[in-house]
Amino acid sequence: MSAPDPGDRPPGAAAETASQSRLTTALTPVLTVAVSLLGLCLLWGFAANAWPGRAFPGPGQVWQVLRAEAANGDLFYHLGATLGRVAAAYVVAMVVGSVIGVLLGSHRSADRFFSPWLILFLNIPALVVIVLAYIWFGLNEAAAIGAVAVNKIPNVVVTMREGARALDPSYAEMAAVYRFGLLDRVRHVLLPQLQPYLAAASRSGIALIWKIVLVVELLGRSNGVGFQIYLYFQLFDVAAILAYTLAFVAVMLVIELLLVQPGERHATRWRRRPA
Amino acid sequence: MQPVGAVVPLRVDIAEKTFRSAQGVSITALQDLSFEVRQGEFACLLGPSGCGKTTTLRILLGLDKDFSGSFQLPEGGSNRIAAVFQEPILLPWRTVEQNVRLALPKGLRTKNLDGLFDTLGLAGMRSLYPAELSLGLARRAALARAFANEPAVLLLDEPFASLDERTAERLRHLLLTVWSARPTTALMVTHNLREALMLSDRIIVLAQRPAHVLGMFDVRLPRHYRNPQVMSDLLRSFHQKFPGVV
Repeated sequence: MSAPDPGDRPPGAAAETASQSRLTTALTPVLTVAVSLLGLCLLWGFAANAWPGRAFPGPGQVWQVLRAEAANGDLFYHLGATLGRVAAAYVVAMVVGSVIGVLLGSHRSADRFFSPWLILFLNIPALVVIVLAYIWFGLNEAAAIGAVAVNKIPNVVVTMREGARALDPSYAEMAAVYRFGLLDRVRHVLLPQLQPYLAAASRSGIALIWKIVLVVELLGRSNGVGFQIYLYFQLFDVAAILAYTLAFVAVMLVIELLLVQPGERHATRWRRRPA
Repeated sequence: MQPVGAVVPLRVDIAEKTFRSAQGVSITALQDLSFEVRQGEFACLLGPSGCGKTTTLRILLGLDKDFSGSFQLPEGGSNRIAAVFQEPILLPWRTVEQNVRLALPKGLRTKNLDGLFDTLGLAGMRSLYPAELSLGLARRAALARAFANEPAVLLLDEPFASLDERTAERLRHLLLTVWSARPTTALMVTHNLREALMLSDRIIVLAQRPAHVLGMFDVRLPRHYRNPQVMSDLLRSFHQKFPGVV
């Protein structure tokens, strides 16, 4: 390959290349991701060709199943059901976990007393909580969402407790002197200070929650991605299992890109950007 | 404008304030500290570093309730307290204007602040975040927050510390300008005698720890007569009255 001789360029080409290079730098991360995913697909395709069989379908077969499920509406019905449970469990876990975490972080004696409880709950397997919730509260939606939330709450508590310990008392004193109301204190003094911890807790939270939601659906619900995967497991339909999994992963990726990241950018707009 | 009906002075009568360290050592910071600041008067609490001036202010602000004795804040008018702390303590995630407005009671939140921002030279900086301000500008914003509040009493804790002398001097003049527009009972903590002589009507001189009042030094001269010549006379007479202080 030989580089083009700069002397051959017509006038005005310099400005064009400059705007082109700006576009290229903007597109590079997107291109990298696309090429990387394409590479994974190709690898998967080769492997599926090398070891053909029902248990290991190629990307083409999975794509066909995905289109068929999308066409008859099943895909969106089950994705919607799972997404609803993820959202409900996320909200419950974040609210309850944050309140408990902040209380423990700001009251040392309460923290010392409840610490063993926290370690206990952190170490109860998700499956046990789910099974017990279904036994005690019946096979219903509240038990399902509650079980997922209970699994996540101890993690949120631990993160938010650290956040509450890191609170700067001078802001609280300023708020006390100027007689901020309770709502203003929470909104303008407490939450912005806890924001990095909230972000960390919700990042790890969403990923964990949707995995537990699948187990809850598998054990005791009659819709949702988890229920579908169980169904196709019994039919030994690996292509459909992969189709549902990839569809939901794609949904979570879109949520991350369109909801979580812009939200974080808005919350940290006051920080100085590196030049 | 004088706050209507504000007749009760600022009266401090602290019997004792003791700190206990984690090792069980106790240090008496204040003992038999009592003084009064008349209504509408600007007073300075002057004393050596570490003598308990900030502790006194924290007690008056209600941030430290573990002491024996009592105090009485000026009443009537707004009944509010405003403070300017050693650090500006602006909320970094809110703009300058939001910081000022958030400290106002609900009824005053939407009041016109153009004049105050103009006087303090902050007119173009209302929508900036505190991280984008220099320390001098951040302190002006802290002053704006205190004065916007129209308090019954204003407590200042070395508001010009860690500034270079020129910036500090400019801020002292700004403080006088906004204070003169609405003379409020004010108590300022400082260890800078020149600053105290320039700003106050009366200086309350504190002794080394445990802090108690050594004496009062009244500066009856109107502030605009306090030129360099007068200031050096004032300094001399202060040193005559309180030899060895500061």
